This record gives sequence, structure tokens and C-alpha cells, in this order.
Amino acid sequence: MSVESSHTAAPAQPSPATAHVKAGLARRYAAEKRFRLYGIIAIGASLAFLAMLLISIVSKGLPAFSQTFIQLDVPLDIDTLDIDAETAEAVQEGSLPASELRRANYNGAIREALRERFPDVSGRSDRRALYKLVSTGAQYDLARIVMDDPSLLGQRQTLWLPTDDEIGALVKRGADLTQADTLSTRLDDKSIAWAADLDANNEFDVRFNTTFFKNGDSREPELAGIRAALVGSAYTLLITFLLSFPVAVASAIYLEEFAPQNRWTDLVEVNINNLAAVPSIVFGLLGLAVFINFFHLPRSAPVVGGIVLSLMTLPTIIISSRAALKSVPPSIREAARGLGASELQVVFHHVLPLAMPGILTGTIIGLAQALGETAPLLMIGMVAFIVDIPQGITDSATVLPVQVYLWADSPERAFTEKTSAAIMVLLAFLIVMNAVAVMLRKRFERRW
Amino acid sequence: MTTTHLLIVATVLAAVSYFAGRARAWSVARENGGIRQLHSLPTHHGALVAIWCFVPALLLVVVWKLAEPVYIGNIVNANVPAELSAGDERQIALYRNDVENLISDGDASQITDDGKRALGERLLAQRSSSSLALTLLALAAALGGAAFAYKRIAAPTRARHSVERVVKFLLVSSASLAILTTLGIVLSVLFESLRFFQQVSFTEFVFGTSWSPQTAIRADQIGSSGSFGAIPLFTGTLLISAIALLVAVPFGLMSAIYLAEYASPRMRNITKPLLEILAGIPTVVYGFFAALTVAPAIREFGSVIGLSVSSESALAAGAVMGIMIIPFVSSLSDDVITAVPQAMRDGSYALGSTKSETVRKVVIPAALPGIVGGVLLAASRAIGETMIVVMAAGLAANITANPLEAVTTVTVQIVTLLTGDQEFDSAKTLAAFALGLMLFVVTLVLNVIALLVVRRYREQYE
Repeated sequence: MSVESSHTAAPAQPSPATAHVKAGLARRYAAEKRFRLYGIIAIGASLAFLAMLLISIVSKGLPAFSQTFIQLDVPLDIDTLDIDAETAEAVQEGSLPASELRRANYNGAIREALRERFPDVSGRSDRRALYKLVSTGAQYDLARIVMDDPSLLGQRQTLWLPTDDEIGALVKRGADLTQADTLSTRLDDKSIAWAADLDANNEFDVRFNTTFFKNGDSREPELAGIRAALVGSAYTLLITFLLSFPVAVASAIYLEEFAPQNRWTDLVEVNINNLAAVPSIVFGLLGLAVFINFFHLPRSAPVVGGIVLSLMTLPTIIISSRAALKSVPPSIREAARGLGASELQVVFHHVLPLAMPGILTGTIIGLAQALGETAPLLMIGMVAFIVDIPQGITDSATVLPVQVYLWADSPERAFTEKTSAAIMVLLAFLIVMNAVAVMLRKRFERRW
Repeated sequence: MTTTHLLIVATVLAAVSYFAGRARAWSVARENGGIRQLHSLPTHHGALVAIWCFVPALLLVVVWKLAEPVYIGNIVNANVPAELSAGDERQIALYRNDVENLISDGDASQITDDGKRALGERLLAQRSSSSLALTLLALAAALGGAAFAYKRIAAPTRARHSVERVVKFLLVSSASLAILTTLGIVLSVLFESLRFFQQVSFTEFVFGTSWSPQTAIRADQIGSSGSFGAIPLFTGTLLISAIALLVAVPFGLMSAIYLAEYASPRMRNITKPLLEILAGIPTVVYGFFAALTVAPAIREFGSVIGLSVSSESALAAGAVMGIMIIPFVSSLSDDVITAVPQAMRDGSYALGSTKSETVRKVVIPAALPGIVGGVLLAASRAIGETMIVVMAAGLAANITANPLEAVTTVTVQIVTLLTGDQEFDSAKTLAAFALGLMLFVVTLVLNVIALLVVRRYREQYE
């Protein structure tokens, strides 16, 4: 009881200091809550930016993965195709190669088919508008079909051919073609009426866009593809890997295992750290001045791009390789030395294999950076308009991010969706590479 | 044989000599009563023979290829017409180029000009004999080297030491490549910049306020002089970088604080990698997003509230760049915040402060040097960033502090100057290198300061 009484005996009035603290408590708790909220807002906003970026690109890019086809009844007789009868016969018998048919007038056949489908259309400008329903690339598709099977000559064939990008976009969107005035398009009402007629008869079909993955660049959006850029990226990345991986691993081994503590080693380390932060465009200037103007290596070639990118990724790979080597415990080295291994045997037989997963993870992340890099490649002329698939490391080529840059500059609206689609492909590759890196780390990482 | 073929042959020979050397070492071991009698392992002996095969041949090819142009240059100089040899080197180079083009098909007999035909034939003959001689000498060097090392294989030969010395040399030279790269950057950029400053004075470049790099192709063209005052580019770069930092620092820092001090481990594990994705997205994607989504949106918004916004406003490029460097700021700040010793926080709690008070009055001041270092690194990244500004910022060189107007940056101008068709020696092209030099120096200084600050700070608590 005495304890209790001593409590009640305590001054009923709190000390001035406590009162002061109590008075401020509500304000301080509110400040605490606000501060927390700022943090949540910061993270939420950053993630919202990320989501916005991805959603805007995916929503713009998805249509590019499908392509609209039009059904046409194409007359493949030799008069329309403008082939002389002997050649046609010789090709059908196999005495002449099918490539002899390359020069035929496939465009004429497609136009004939369109005229037959819409017999009422007359007048030059109307007909020209009518021809524009079909992509200018349709003739190459038709040529391929005929050259693959010359026996089609002289017959009529019902074929699906790619449409022009404007009308194709409307059909893909599922727009109501009968309501011409509600559509935002640069097509005139007549073309839309024809399209509506075709649509009503189910003569349009939307399919997966294989052209996008099979073709090189083109001025026509519906014919433009990323194949050339993908191959260019593959060559460039191959060179980057072949050059940067061995050199980076060797540097890391030297710095981590052998380097004496002296000025030279310090200089090397400072250099590596600084190179990691040099703006990428400066590496492009180096490539231009040294490899192209001084060593006269070919412009726009993956080999130069690969060299420049490998110089750029070297610091990244070196730094992560050193971390991987450092994480191998000294007892491994001591055990190997105890069994009589030489210094190099210790490293190459024991330390390096144990550090390999970490080194590979760093390499993949470095290569992923290189894959997304654009600026230095602009400097060495890899901004070319590349239609043909590059055949080697010295051919003119472009890479995926540069293709994105080039398409983003094109005025045609259909290129916007191509750009977004190319970005999606690029991001897919980056995601795969990073996923592999994460997997390697998870699967092989050892805690000593 | 071309050099490539020669090197391939040398590689094959080296592979063969590796196996031959290894086999010989085994047989030596058997004669001496087991492998233990050898000083080095058979693989070491094999590797040594391969090295002796490949390296002399390689050195010979390199020396030859360095000396050959000099020798051929002398032939050309001795064979050009008299009126040219007195003239300047460009004339000789042009003449030589002409002849090279004529003999590119390997046949000089069709050339009509007597002097050129003589030189062409001389060059062709020289080339074929040089190629033959090199092939023979290189093969001799490869085989001779291999034979020498092969004969030396014996039980006491210290092959391992030699091989390891070579491997160590390779390791050292790989590590030194970083220095070579820096040197290459400095020299190439500096060299071209010096040529630029011969044409345009340094003070005009650094203090001039008008940038219009249109040089004339002909001397009599109007408005041909071109002006290379880089101040508008510097202010433009600063404006866009400042906007980027205004976005990135608050968002990055607050995310880092929340993740380090408040978030549960689970949330941290999910949120951190998601934020890192922002850093992994290629800059060209941000450029596309800025140019096609953000810039029109800002313009639209501006017109709704009655502001005229340029379609290439600094705000769009800067804001998107800021988003890009959020993870950069946040991961660097996260590192330094978690490095602040727990004892300091505990002391603060014991005095009755709330968590946010601890963060603001204890943790952040303690971590401030590291955070400043991180912000400096982020600034250097923003200044050197290229694709976002190339795609979303303009080309107009305005001096303005208004983020709604179009400005241009150093990197944009480098790209514009170098992607056009221009003679390499023109002031226009060389200006790009002068800008590159500025960029390199500024980012280097920022990085060095940042690294020093971070390092000094780390030492305090470790």
C-alpha cells in the first residue's frame, strides 16, 4: 500500500519538461506519419513511372505483332505476268531455274485481281487508290509463292496477301468500317467503303506478323522488320563477349591474386573505376578516332561496334569478377598450396572454377548493358539503313537499339508501333539475360 | 597468304606442337623412370613448345606489318612525278590513292598513264614478294621455335616456370589495357581538339554565346563562318541535368530511406529489384518514351493551363532522365544509409526521438557525405547521358533557364555533328571532339570528387 500511496503522493502536476514534450507529441507523430508517407509516395511514384513506361510501350507495340491480310483471286496466267511462254514452260519442266521468273510483273497480276474484285472502279485516280489497298510488298510475296511452285502458272489462285499499313491498322483495331466519318485515318471515304465491303465478306484476316521477324529495314512500315538489326546485334555482342570476357577475367585475376601493392596497381585500379563512369558517347569518339580514322577498320561494321562496346563493358565485368574472386575463401588457396600447387595452378585449378558463376553473372549483366547501348554506335556509323541481313562481322550492320532510334525518327505513324514492338523484343532479350544471371547466382552461389 | 590465313596456320601449328611436346615429355618421363622424375608436367612442356612456336611468328608478322607501310611509302615517294614530289604530302597521297584504286584488281598493265603504270607495277611486285617472304619467314620462325623448344625437353627443364611467366605477362597486360583505354580516350579526344582549337580560338569556344556550327563548303558562301560558342550548350546541359536531379534526388533519396529504415525485409526484397529495372532499361527506350509520350503530354497540359510549351521542352527530357537515375541515387544512398552504425540510431531512440527525427537529424547528417557523393555521380551520369536528349531535346541553341523552352546539350551536338556527312577535317567535325573533351573532363572531375568523398566517408565508420 505504501508503494501506491507514494505514487499518489507524486506531484499531480507533470513537470514543465514533460508537459512540453506531451504538447508536442501529436505534432511529432503527425510528422512521423507524413515522413513515412513521403517514402511510400516516392517508391510508389517510381514504380508507377515504370508501369507507365511499360504499359505505354506494350499497348503501342502489340498491334505490330499482327498483320492484316486480304484475300484476292489472283490470275497467274503468263500474259498478265508478262512472261514469255517458252520461259514459263522451261521453268515448269525444270530445265530453267525458278529464279528466271523473278522479273515477272507480279504487281500487274495483283492489280488485275483488284480490278476484278471491284469491277465498278474506273478512272485513273480511283484505280490508283484501289491499288493502294494492298501493300507494295505483296508482289514479293506473290513472287515467292510462284517461284516456289512454278506449276501455279496459268491458274487462278486464291491467295492471302498483306494489306497496306493504314487499312491494315483499321482492320486490326476492329474499327467499324461502315462508319467512315468516325475513323481517324488519312484514307479517303472510297477506300474505306471498299474495305468495308471486303470486311463484310470476310476477305480480311489478321494473322501473326512473320514479316517483322523475317525482313530487314524498309521505307514501307508494313515491310520493315528487325531481322537485320537482330543479326547485327548478335554479331556485335559476340565480338564484345570474345574480347571482353578473357581480358576482363585476366585483369581481375591479376588485380585480385597477383598484383603487388604499388603505384602501377593503384593507377590501374583508379583507371578501371573511372572508365566505369565515363559517358558512353566518349567511347564512341574513341572508336571513331582510333579504330576508324587511324586503323581504317570498316565503318558501320559489327567488329568496330564490338570492340568499342567491349572497352565499355570491361570495367563492369572486371569489377564483378574481382568481387567473385574475393569471395572465394583463402583456405581454398592455402589448401591447394599445401598440396604443392604453383601460384597459377592455385588460381586456375581451384579459385577460378569456384568464382566462375559469379564471373559469368557479371559478364551477362555487362553484355546486357552492351546490348542496350546506342550512343557510341551512332558515332561509328552503325546508323545505316540496313535492308540486307549482314553476313559477317565486317558487313555494314545496325543493332536493335539503333533500329529503335531510327524508327522513332520516322514520320509514318505505323513506325511508332514498329518502334514499340522492337523495344518489346529488346526488353525481352534483356529480361532473359538478366533472368539467366539471377538464376546462375541463385543456383551456384555458395556461402562459405 | 593473307595475314589472317597466316595467323590461322600459326595457331594450328601451335596446337600440333603442344601435342608433340606433351608426347615427347611423356616419353622422356618413361625413359627416366616415371613422371615424378620430370621437373614440370608434360602439359607444361607442351605449352612451352606451343608458345615457342606461336610467339616468334606472331612477333615477326607484327613487326613486318608495321615496317611495310614505311617501306612502301618510300617506294611511292621515289616514284611520283618530279613536279609532285616537290609539292606537299596531300598531292602525293592523292596520287598514291589513284594508283591504289587502279591496281585494286591486281593488274597494272591496263593503266594508260606511264608514270602511274610504273608505280602500280612496282607496288604489285613489291606486295607479292613481300607477302611471299613474310609467309616463308613466319613459317620458318614458327617451326624453328617449336623445334628449339622441342629439343630442349628433358627431365630437369623448368618448363612450368617459363609458361607461368608468359601467362603472368598476359595477365599484367590485360590489366594494363584499362590504362591504355584511358590513354586512348585522352589522346584521341585531345589530339582532335587541338586541331579544332587551331581553327577556332579556345576562348571563343568556352566563352562564346552563339552556337551555329554551319561551316561553308566553299569559301565564297554567305554566312559561311560558323560560330562555335559553346555557352548555350553548357547552359542547356546544366538545365536538363538540374531538372533530372530535381526529380531523381527527392524520389531516390526518399525511396532509399524508406527501404532502409521502414520497409519490412519482404517488401525490400520485392521493391529493390523492381526499382533496379528502371536502371536496366536501355536509354533509347527512355528517349522514345520522352519524345512520344511525355513531351506531348506536357505540351497538352501546358496548353490547357495556358502556357506555351515547346514540343522539345527541356522539362520532358529532364524529367524522364530523372526517372532513369532514380535507382542510381537510391541504391547509392541505400548503401551509405545502411552503413551508418546502429549504435547511433539507438542513441537517438534512447533520447526519445521518433524514427523520422532519428533519420532526419542523425542518420542523414551522418550519411551526408556519401549521399553527396552519390548525387555527384548521378550528376555526371546525367551530363553524359545521350539518347534521351538526342531524341527528346531540341537542336536550337538557346540560352534560357525556362524549362518549357527547347534547349540543346553537349551530347546532342556531338551526335548531330558526327552523324552527318562531313569531311573529317572540317571544324564542324572537330568541334564534336572538343565538346567530347569538355564532357570527359567534367565527368572525370565529378567522378573523382565523388569517389574521394565516398571513400573518406567510408573510412570514418569502418
